[in-house]
Amino acid sequence: MSRTKIHVATTVNGDAVEFLCEPPQTLLDVLRDELHLTGSKEGCASGDCGACSVTLDGRLVCACLVLAVETTGHSVETIEGMADGDNLHPLQQKFLEHAALQCGVCTPGFLVAAKALLDVEADPSETQVRYWLAGNLCRCTGYDKIVRAVLDAAAEMRAN
Amino acid sequence: MSDSAKNDSGSNGHKYVGTRQVRPDGVDKVTGRASFGADLHVPNMLIGKVLRSPHAHARILSIDTSKAEALAGVKAVVTRDDINDLPSEMVPAGEMMVNYRDITRNVMAREKVLYEGHAVAAVAAVSESVGLEALSLIDVAYEVLPHVIDVMDSMKPDAPLLHDGMITQGVEPAPEKPSNVAKRVEFAIGDVDAGFADADVIVEREFKTKPVHQAYIEPHACLASVAKDGKAELWCTTQGHFVVRGHCARLLGMDISKLRVTASEIGGGFGGKTVVYLEPVALALSRKSGQPVKMTMTREEVFRATGPTSGAHMRIKIGAKKDGRITAADGLFHYQAGAFPGSPVQLGCMCAFAPYDLENARTVGYDVVVNRPKVAAYRAPGAPIAEYGAECVIDELAKKLGMDPIELRLKNAAKEGTQTVYGPKLGVVGLVETLEAAKAHDHYKAPLGKHQGRGVASGYWFNIGGESCATLNMSEDGGVHLVVGTPDIGGSRASLCLMAAEELGIDLDKVHPHIADTASLGYTFLTGGSRATFASGMAVVEAARDVIDKMRERVAKMWDIPVDAVIWEDGHARPASSNAGAFEPMSLAEITAMANKTGGPLVGNAAINAQGAGPSFGTHIVDVEVDTETGHVEILRYTAIQDAGRAVSPGYVEGQLQGGAVQGIGWALNEEYVYGEDGKLQNAGFLDYRIPVCSDVPMIDTVIVEVPNPTHRFGVRGVGETPIVPPMAAITNAIEQAIGIRFNELPMSPPKVLAAIDASRGPLADAAE
Repeated sequence: MSRTKIHVATTVNGDAVEFLCEPPQTLLDVLRDELHLTGSKEGCASGDCGACSVTLDGRLVCACLVLAVETTGHSVETIEGMADGDNLHPLQQKFLEHAALQCGVCTPGFLVAAKALLDVEADPSETQVRYWLAGNLCRCTGYDKIVRAVLDAAAEMRAN
Repeated sequence: MSDSAKNDSGSNGHKYVGTRQVRPDGVDKVTGRASFGADLHVPNMLIGKVLRSPHAHARILSIDTSKAEALAGVKAVVTRDDINDLPSEMVPAGEMMVNYRDITRNVMAREKVLYEGHAVAAVAAVSESVGLEALSLIDVAYEVLPHVIDVMDSMKPDAPLLHDGMITQGVEPAPEKPSNVAKRVEFAIGDVDAGFADADVIVEREFKTKPVHQAYIEPHACLASVAKDGKAELWCTTQGHFVVRGHCARLLGMDISKLRVTASEIGGGFGGKTVVYLEPVALALSRKSGQPVKMTMTREEVFRATGPTSGAHMRIKIGAKKDGRITAADGLFHYQAGAFPGSPVQLGCMCAFAPYDLENARTVGYDVVVNRPKVAAYRAPGAPIAEYGAECVIDELAKKLGMDPIELRLKNAAKEGTQTVYGPKLGVVGLVETLEAAKAHDHYKAPLGKHQGRGVASGYWFNIGGESCATLNMSEDGGVHLVVGTPDIGGSRASLCLMAAEELGIDLDKVHPHIADTASLGYTFLTGGSRATFASGMAVVEAARDVIDKMRERVAKMWDIPVDAVIWEDGHARPASSNAGAFEPMSLAEITAMANKTGGPLVGNAAINAQGAGPSFGTHIVDVEVDTETGHVEILRYTAIQDAGRAVSPGYVEGQLQGGAVQGIGWALNEEYVYGEDGKLQNAGFLDYRIPVCSDVPMIDTVIVEVPNPTHRFGVRGVGETPIVPPMAAITNAIEQAIGIRFNELPMSPPKVLAAIDASRGPLADAAE
């Protein structure tokens, strides 16, 4: 098995980054193990749980389904880039206010996915939120408070 | 949102207890900063991987690791020879007991592999890819043995034996021949036969349930580092790091005090992270390699080798008079334990009929081993299975009697003084209050359409107390560091801070919580049994009172009056009355700022064995619609009602009710372990083991009933487990009302529902639709 590493130059949360990776390594492996951005979680490594949700050139993807080498020249956004300095994103704030997390391990993925929704639909219905987030598993909350937090954040963002 | 907790002021005159606050660990968890089990990296770290059995049942003839050890980048290989063999000894782990003889064989197979996925060897290597290649170089010679997967098959006389010489406990005289039945348990009150003879109506039904996994989103993960002098550190995702310390030290032959365990943030557990899997293996690999070793499970490993809870087969019989008074209840339960003894069948037997005040009741349970992963605790372990059967029979009984199912429950409801089948009489409990709340709820009166039905079920769980320590370290600026030992799995830091602020009389933002490692706080039992807010809360209150007394002493000295003449009120020391003298009240911050001049640091401590946990009852209402074309069951509306004692942090109590209900929806409608004839699990992933997703469920309405637990300063009962008890029966009962078909098997997945609908229709029924 060849373990010759490949050099990759990409952009993560607005910063130019370079890393070496083995060809089979996923974007999630590199984010977590090479760049130490551990906010993206591995729940399944098969694209079924959404805990590693990130955006690639603005498109919502599971980082576990993207090869790290594929990010060459592209732009990755992770949970670590969501807050604006000291200011939480309205979604982050609403998750806290609505108690929309219990253990919190799925939370980064939900936030990244919800932000991707609000980027394309500023006024989603409850049904739209539920289907958009159907790729993110949460075992703790029963989703109620997550959906409320997203709807409330959308309303606040529309008002401002 | 809860009907009982819509405002932001505390309940019962409290400033903080009962309010909705942003949790203290919240910002870390919405920004990705929180560090979970797999998030730690340390210098010189190796990656550990586990080789697992491809067979459901086989004898291990030999293990040859020489080729793996020779591979460049491999630093250690461990097998059964590196983990201590231990004799049979039962030790507590959550509400369930575990046996060291079995744990040591479960973390690393010894004589035999007992399920597909059973750990056989492990390697530590410089990278994951080297580690995986090393696993492929380990030669294990197996003698494949016949396997048994189903619980009833496993009880047959000719079933393949998992454990040579296992004699059923709890049977007199003891059987002479070994079997797969580890234990028989029985609980009884009154005279069941006489009770049934007295009944006007009797319903008797059999039920089957499948194993379901806790399915926490965070896989098991740990990082172990053993120094040359034998001192060791372990970082892991667990519900109880003190329990992990004890287990690991025993399995590795270490002194307990030489191992320091730190609990990471935990990404869900639900009982499944109360036992050890990777942790002793990582320590063994680190000891052998001399380097830190990190191990994480894949999702497939989580499904194949950890948890789940039991599948079961049971028979329930309940009789009643025409007026609805239950005369007798009888239950027979067979629970799969997985590969080693220790299903929660005893707890199931204790809970099955707990919502009822019965004169005559009996429950008999069998703990049966099969070639599946050893079951682990799952949220109210044992209770959801037994109470599912019982609550379905209660519903059928109500229909036969022509009674409303809530009225039947109210007529027989357990209350203070009710004799339980397992021994004690119940103290103050709130079942009647949940039933009354259900009856009064507009959900219960809402109209239903075609193929729609409504179901109700109640549920019970004991809750537990146990060992908890708490320390309050007072900073010189009046801040308080609250130190506890129960990992925060769903917001317990928030509840504990609210209680500390309330008791001390200071602002909530002055209280900073910390989950201590095993060297920094006295022994604290795990987060489980719904005990964290109850027991650690009790310790926090006691530690607060301890430091308040110390602060009163300091102030009494400064004022030169007796300590009894100093009271603590609203976060200030004050003279007890004008007779005590005219002194300006001193705030906590003023007192702590002067601590070095008045006697030194101020610290409050508590080390308790919390007693008096308050049982929690819940009642759920669910509306379903059945698609008769596809067999799909849609949850239209759901209301979960529960007695929380006192909801310290109402948003998180609601969250427990909602999360438990949705796990129950998964258990009822979709989740199951699917095995092939070869004894191998066929759905070891989230695609095929499908837990409910956001679009599967509606909002989950909650009603928090508060019947305070008299033994707790703030009336706390545990809340986390009871909510998973009622859903399966409530949904079964709702489906029956919707389409007239009563299911007696879980899950009620679309193919099964469709087959039942087809079977119930005559050949011409389609034309008549």
